[in-house]
Amino acid sequence: MKAPPFGYVKARELGQVFDLLDQHGDEAKILAGGQSLIPSLNLRLSRPTLLIDINAIADLQGIRETAETIVVGALATHVALEKSPIISRYVPLVAAAMPHIAHPAIRNRGTIGGSLAFADPAAELPACATALEATFILRGRSAERRVKAAGFFHGLFETDLRPGEILAAIEFPKATASHRFAFSELARRHGDYAMIGLAAASPQPGTLRLAYFGVADRPVAADRAAACLVKDGAAGIEAACACLAEDLEPSGDLNAGPQTKLHLAGVLLQRALPSLLTSA
Amino acid sequence: MEQHDINVIVNGQKLRRRVSARQHLIDFLRNELSLTGSHLGCEHGVCGACTIQVNGTAVRGCLMLAVQADGASVDTIEGLSDSGAIADLQDAFHKHNALQCGFCTPGMLATAAELVEQHPNADREEIRAHISGNYCRCTGYHAIVDAIATVLDARRKAAGGSGA
Repeated sequence: MKAPPFGYVKARELGQVFDLLDQHGDEAKILAGGQSLIPSLNLRLSRPTLLIDINAIADLQGIRETAETIVVGALATHVALEKSPIISRYVPLVAAAMPHIAHPAIRNRGTIGGSLAFADPAAELPACATALEATFILRGRSAERRVKAAGFFHGLFETDLRPGEILAAIEFPKATASHRFAFSELARRHGDYAMIGLAAASPQPGTLRLAYFGVADRPVAADRAAACLVKDGAAGIEAACACLAEDLEPSGDLNAGPQTKLHLAGVLLQRALPSLLTSA
Repeated sequence: MEQHDINVIVNGQKLRRRVSARQHLIDFLRNELSLTGSHLGCEHGVCGACTIQVNGTAVRGCLMLAVQADGASVDTIEGLSDSGAIADLQDAFHKHNALQCGFCTPGMLATAAELVEQHPNADREEIRAHISGNYCRCTGYHAIVDAIATVLDARRKAAGGSGA
């Protein structure tokens, strides 16, 4: 199907984006990579009157390193993250997730900011950001807010972004030598949205965050299961799998019912275990 | 309907055209420029039939607006074919019977062209992962993987490398 009619502006700077957002409110949509927005227009699930193309805005680009963090501009494409030596060294969970995100032609244009702001609960990056406790940098005309991943995802396609704000960058803590991580998902075709997936990170021994995706209206941190593994290591796996029933209340979908998803959550956890518990 | 002027290089030729904001790049190529080699399938990014190259990388023609191609260089199957850049891939597809109805073939070739350029050491599993976004409804995947693997092998030998 073809997209309905809309206006289009290629914004040159953030100030122009804020002006347009003020003028058009909810009727305007931000266009970054377009790999989720354009399908939703083509399917007429979304009918904005204006698309604000932000691809030319230099402030939103680039991957840079600070003393303790890696700051990724919202416009960094999936393929840029996939090929970045900085990401593979300091944010290896994201590097591991990349090949699972859609297909090469889509990764060439899709952006990290677009994926996170779209907040599809079956998508990989929101779960990675949750597992890594990433910080979202939200820019408004006069102020900047920093929101942790746990507070950013509010529900199905809903985030903490307020009217007039845009997601400018995402800040990840830098992995150190003791960092352990695992990424795993089950999809019917490589690159499709997962039936269920797990992004897990242990920044140092004694800490572990398990973020499941494809199970609810947002990424879900399985904290009880993580506590079992932190306490008992590999010996805690059975207890951890049992805890998943409390941590997750999977909703069924076309792929699988709640019980099947719960079972698969345990399968993914067992697969992830060796990477998470390997000692340095 | 809101109109925009764009400057775009299509298959090496500089063009200036007026396009509607809502027009997809693939429709611009097919309907305005009569470059009908690239096909249009699902129109929401799933099937890969419309895969073309923009600034040298594979993209979905149905997930990009024509207005976004302003300033870009676009190559369709016609351009890739005429330049000879994928002659070995086309030959291998033919030899391995890697096409039946041919509907998916232009998109497959645009995707495969990127793979052989960027991942010269790809193995069969990597080839499969790379073309996973392109549907072939004639069940031709095995032959398609064979064809791409043959080209990678031949290019490695021609480059005098040790292979993978």
